[in-house]
Amino acid sequence: MSNVGIVIVSHSPLVAEGTADMVRQMVGDEVAVAYCGGNSEGGLGTSVEAILAAIDKAWSDAGVAVLVDLGGAETNSEMAIEMLPAERSGKVVICNAPIVEGAVIAATEASGGAPLAVVKSTAEELSPA
Amino acid sequence: MLDEARRRQLIEAVASAVIAHADELTALDQAIGDGDHGMNMKRGFEAVLADLDGLAAKPLPEALKAAGMQLVMKVGGASGPLYGTLFMSLGKSLPEEPDRAAFAAALDAAIAAVKARGKSDAGQKTMLDVLVPVQEAVAGEAGIADIARRAQEAAEATIPMRATRGRASFLGERSIGHMDPGARSSALIVEAAAAALGAGA
Repeated sequence: MSNVGIVIVSHSPLVAEGTADMVRQMVGDEVAVAYCGGNSEGGLGTSVEAILAAIDKAWSDAGVAVLVDLGGAETNSEMAIEMLPAERSGKVVICNAPIVEGAVIAATEASGGAPLAVVKSTAEELSPA
Repeated sequence: MLDEARRRQLIEAVASAVIAHADELTALDQAIGDGDHGMNMKRGFEAVLADLDGLAAKPLPEALKAAGMQLVMKVGGASGPLYGTLFMSLGKSLPEEPDRAAFAAALDAAIAAVKARGKSDAGQKTMLDVLVPVQEAVAGEAGIADIARRAQEAAEATIPMRATRGRASFLGERSIGHMDPGARSSALIVEAAAAALGAGA
């Protein structure tokens, strides 16, 4: 896949899956989309292991944009990115954007072949400065 | 000298203290957070206990790094990377047989790593409000029982604070009047570690 990939990390498996559904409706198979939600026991929370697996699944040489919901999702995603092999960790960014709207906008931008920095900045236009 | 038996005692004491207080941590987190701190920390430290033999067999720095990684992978909330970073950073900085000065320096480095991970600082009603005064006590001349007492006082001192980081910050003024759950879990860890280290000193 030459387009930037999208990873959705929510505390809730249902929010993560639902957000991914909305993204696919917009961009079909033109963008690799992976999601994860819930802790290692299936309760609300996020898991570094699951985030690493989602990044791997959505991997693109153009990079991966990660959308998160609340604090723990962001902290765990940062941890996961640091744990990636060096050749990958520089190509994964967290977008400071609302998870649902951000994922849809980022994926739409990615489907047009935009580079990672543009995908990120477009999603972040949704956030108040 | 921190031999295998004492490393085992130390790890077991810290993990058991957190697990035994899981309900209290959850109650504190239900007041100002999302109510998962007790269960998350319990899950993480149960994973540490499950590997107790393996961890105790490692030299202290390696044991701390491995325990930190267990917390990162198992806790499931922001406290996983935060406590994981604390222990992994301690492991990176400590020599195998640390003296007090080495421990104070390692704790200082670990606190800097936690600050970076949480984009936070002391005074924001977080675990740092316990760790920072504890580090100062270790760097000073406080006795080991005094360090444990300082940790608990520091946790209690988060009660009147207004949270500006973490989930509790969503509550603004309403976060005032409750002890921060992360400060409490940090105090529990410091107390248990101090008791275990003091018992053999």
